[in-house]
Amino acid sequence: MSEKIKHFPGEELSGRDIREGKIPCIKHRPNVKYLWSAGIAMSRFVEGMKEGKIIGSKCVKCKRIMVPPRAFCEECFRPVDEYAPVKDTGTINTYSVSYVAGDASRIKEPILVAVIDIDGASKGMGILHLLGEISDWKQIKFGMKVKAVWKPSEEREGSITDIKYFKPFEEV
Amino acid sequence: MVGKKRVAVIGAGMTKFRRNLKETGKELSYEASKMALDQAGLELSDIKSVVMGTAPDAFDGVHMKGEYLADGAGAWEKPYSRVFVGGGTGVFAVDAGWWHVASGKFDTCLVVGEEKMSSCYPHPAYAFTTIFDQIYSRPLGVTLIWIFALEMHRYMHVHGITKEEIALVSVKNKRNALDHPCAQLGANITVEDVLNSEVLCWPVQRLDISPTSDGAAALVLASEDVAKKLTDDPVWIDGVGWCIDSTYWTNRDLYYPQYVQCAAQMAYKMAGIKNPPKEIDVAEVYDPFDYKELHHMEGLMLARKGQAAKLTAEGVTQRDGDLPINPSGGLLGVGNPIAAAGTMKCCEIFWQLRGEAGKRQVKGDPRTGLAQAWGDLMQYGSVVVMRS
Repeated sequence: MSEKIKHFPGEELSGRDIREGKIPCIKHRPNVKYLWSAGIAMSRFVEGMKEGKIIGSKCVKCKRIMVPPRAFCEECFRPVDEYAPVKDTGTINTYSVSYVAGDASRIKEPILVAVIDIDGASKGMGILHLLGEISDWKQIKFGMKVKAVWKPSEEREGSITDIKYFKPFEEV
Repeated sequence: MVGKKRVAVIGAGMTKFRRNLKETGKELSYEASKMALDQAGLELSDIKSVVMGTAPDAFDGVHMKGEYLADGAGAWEKPYSRVFVGGGTGVFAVDAGWWHVASGKFDTCLVVGEEKMSSCYPHPAYAFTTIFDQIYSRPLGVTLIWIFALEMHRYMHVHGITKEEIALVSVKNKRNALDHPCAQLGANITVEDVLNSEVLCWPVQRLDISPTSDGAAALVLASEDVAKKLTDDPVWIDGVGWCIDSTYWTNRDLYYPQYVQCAAQMAYKMAGIKNPPKEIDVAEVYDPFDYKELHHMEGLMLARKGQAAKLTAEGVTQRDGDLPINPSGGLLGVGNPIAAAGTMKCCEIFWQLRGEAGKRQVKGDPRTGLAQAWGDLMQYGSVVVMRS
């Protein structure tokens, strides 16, 4: 703001006045729904979920094995060469402990979330997922090994949530 | 010179930033536009093109928001475009305004940034969840704050940076905002206040975050010949840059924003800047969260990787320091109406380079300033370099 300006437009409203209906307001809730085709690459991925596998895709030119899989390599800008399962284990790249739900409301039992670099994919190929079977979140460490915990096969529906969460595990 | 014409900023305006404003988005756009025109000494009829920056339609529930806002931005019967690149919009709108004039196609361009987040009631958080991939992210219940928390934690881990060091940014910016007459959250707080505030999504706490806000900001751009007729004190846009990375945000190392570096390099090259920390006198760096100011200082090469916290602790980034960062108070202090916040940063650099910033004026005689914004899924950077 310039010191030459002495009038500052904008009339503040109190949240309380809005809630109590003291301010002229109009409410509307659109009824909009969506159905997305999973697409060429991600159809492979969600079908893999049903079989308890994480599917990646490979570009032979840059040699990247990518998760989530793409139909085309965005770096080489050419079709990928194959789809193949990677492992269902990985390493915690970063993590967080969420006390906030999607609508910004607060939750008592925190959700443990992480970016997990997937074994068998190229370095740094991570996916977002949840962590579980951890009694105290302070036990979570960067670089910790984790393994997918799958829903029973009859309950899987072809979704990223067919993996319930990743849990800590010891490599043998 | 890049472009056919050199481009100047000759006027700027903004509304108050608040959680709830009575004015509609169109009315807010009008107020900011009118102020910018008055400051430039122009009438609407002098404006030959208009660029509107405004973020997701879902905030307003008006799914042709650019068109809806057009009247408020003075675009009636004029060449008009609306640009949108998430949080990067407010600075990118100025980049877009630059090419309107630099191309020689238009002598003047009015650039407006607007956001009214309060319309998404009671909270815009749900609207934010629709930015995520619908197949592999949304079924997990992802919210916006998760990705900031994941990025902040990675940044802290890679460089060994503490919460205390990061909290200093929030303390500085909220204090700076006490001197901004339009600010929403100017305050004197301490590092302890930040560390004792509610844990939302570790390591993010309540006072690490900017608020949701309503507001608008605007700039008038003009070609060199027009600008010199109107003012003895133009501020030149000498560098513009913008860059996007892919939406596969879990496939890159979040500790460093490479795409911000790419945007900065584009702007620095154009402005002939070889040593950014030495040549930039004042910067408005995108700070929706306190750690983002540090993260972006590094991406902008104003600090070496992992060193921005040290500069902050040494007082270098204070308003009276050697490299003042966010003298306005930034998003943490002035408020964060998404696109308007980025444009506000460009306004602040204009006022700083003109020596009009009053109590917020940085020391010395700043000649070169930078504004930057960031957005989308940890993937977008936009930069403007200005000189007086």
